[in-house]
Amino acid sequence: MDGYIIATVIKAVLILAVISALAGFGTYIERKILAFVQRRLGPMHVGPYGLLQIAADGIKLFTKEDFIPSGANKIIFMVAPIITAATAFIALAAVPLLPEFSLFGIDIKPIVSDLNIGLLFVIAMMGVGLYGPLLAGMAQENKWGIIGSARTAVQFLSYEVVTGLSLLAPIMMVGSLSLIDFNEYQAGGIGNWIVWTQPLAFVLFLISGFAETNRTPFDLLENEAEVISGYATEYSGMRWGMFFIGEYANMITIGFLAALIFLGGFNPLGFIPGGIAIILKVSFFFFLMLWVRAAWPHIRPDQLMWLCWKVLMPLAVLNILVTGIVMMV
Amino acid sequence: MSLENLKNRNIGVQNYRLLDLEPTPKTGWGKFKRVVRRSIKLELFVGLKVTIREMFKALFMGEMHTVKYPFEKLPISPRYRAIHEMKRLLESGHYRCIGCGLCEKICIANCIRMDTRYDENQRKEVSEYTINFGRCIFCGYCAEVCPELAIVHGGRYETASEQRASFSLFEDMLTPIDKLKEQKEYPGFGAVSPNADENIKPTPLAY
Repeated sequence: MDGYIIATVIKAVLILAVISALAGFGTYIERKILAFVQRRLGPMHVGPYGLLQIAADGIKLFTKEDFIPSGANKIIFMVAPIITAATAFIALAAVPLLPEFSLFGIDIKPIVSDLNIGLLFVIAMMGVGLYGPLLAGMAQENKWGIIGSARTAVQFLSYEVVTGLSLLAPIMMVGSLSLIDFNEYQAGGIGNWIVWTQPLAFVLFLISGFAETNRTPFDLLENEAEVISGYATEYSGMRWGMFFIGEYANMITIGFLAALIFLGGFNPLGFIPGGIAIILKVSFFFFLMLWVRAAWPHIRPDQLMWLCWKVLMPLAVLNILVTGIVMMV
Repeated sequence: MSLENLKNRNIGVQNYRLLDLEPTPKTGWGKFKRVVRRSIKLELFVGLKVTIREMFKALFMGEMHTVKYPFEKLPISPRYRAIHEMKRLLESGHYRCIGCGLCEKICIANCIRMDTRYDENQRKEVSEYTINFGRCIFCGYCAEVCPELAIVHGGRYETASEQRASFSLFEDMLTPIDKLKEQKEYPGFGAVSPNADENIKPTPLAY
């Protein structure tokens, strides 16, 4: 039991360290990819190919004054970014990141806790994460913040519905909420991937994933042109940085979820071992988010609502219905 | 144009061409059909294709637009008008300026000041020559008016310095005597055109 606790603590600390480092690295990757798409070079001057830009940004964020504007509700203003960052990492607790491997003769499962309701836990934690932007916007005495948090409520709450409904059909097929069971279900190779039997659910999950991670086609919360920075208008320094670590950690989580649920997870892919395969898949989803950001424009809030409630949700319900009928027959 | 026409001149009777936009669908079924049509045409994926194509062109086909400015510079036109240069005679190495004062006279920003005197051979020499680059508008008149091609515009456009005087003295603008062989003629204002030889006509001396 002691060993279990120690192992869990080590895993949790490792995930926290690695994922937050990757989230920082994600900002660099995003700047680079966007620059390449626009035929620019991106950050080039700090370190080789600008690689140390993350360190420079980190030093800047950490040494900035921790600023709480007058008129803000102090406690809520201070707590809100922590909610975003913390829930983003807590959500990763139930996600198996790599296949099992043995190190120094010990079998290691790279998952903090294999909950039997893993998927539900992840979705719930990402749902709780929306309290971050919501409270942040409401805590400041700033109209942009209020509009940003109102949009948070509207956007995240409605897209939670689509996420849940789109995942329901795969859950019905697998018959379990544990992400490891999802992985086992698709163990037979590319032909067994759920994306072939549930293509509609995959597309719906990707769309709502973009909305939940607040990526570009649905980037209404902090849309520069409309609401300055939305909920993050009055934030600076590390508190602002925490929102972005949370956002990038969420992007990684969505990438893992999409890879695990629909694209065969960490099963070996031909000659590629499972660990490399899942990293490749997650990298593809991360790249897809940046690619989409470079290519597509924002949509208006009313278009967002229209898309969610009038198109995606009926499609998701229909998908569940058809899946149910096929499973019955 | 009558007064009536004048007043109505901006009201849409001109030959404006409207874009071929389809009419906005009125019924729900029409809107649904439009959504399906737009989805099936996969216009969104065309956008993705274009961006990835540009990325590959930039990364692998050498079409990156960025110029890393202080380290690499774009070529400037030979007729570019930046900080002036004073030229020397190629044969003797003496400066070309004859102290005629035309550049001082024509300068519309009043930034050229020169002083001349007779040297021991009773030839005119330039004792003082400065250009106030705080006032110079780089119009090129001085280079155009100079009869000796002595003052020309160079290509030195990075003019940030601690002292404005770093550029403006005659000695600074003059071609260094050891670089005389590298002195190039300026092809811009006042220069001899490339086909100057063909344009010369023999002067009829006998009247």
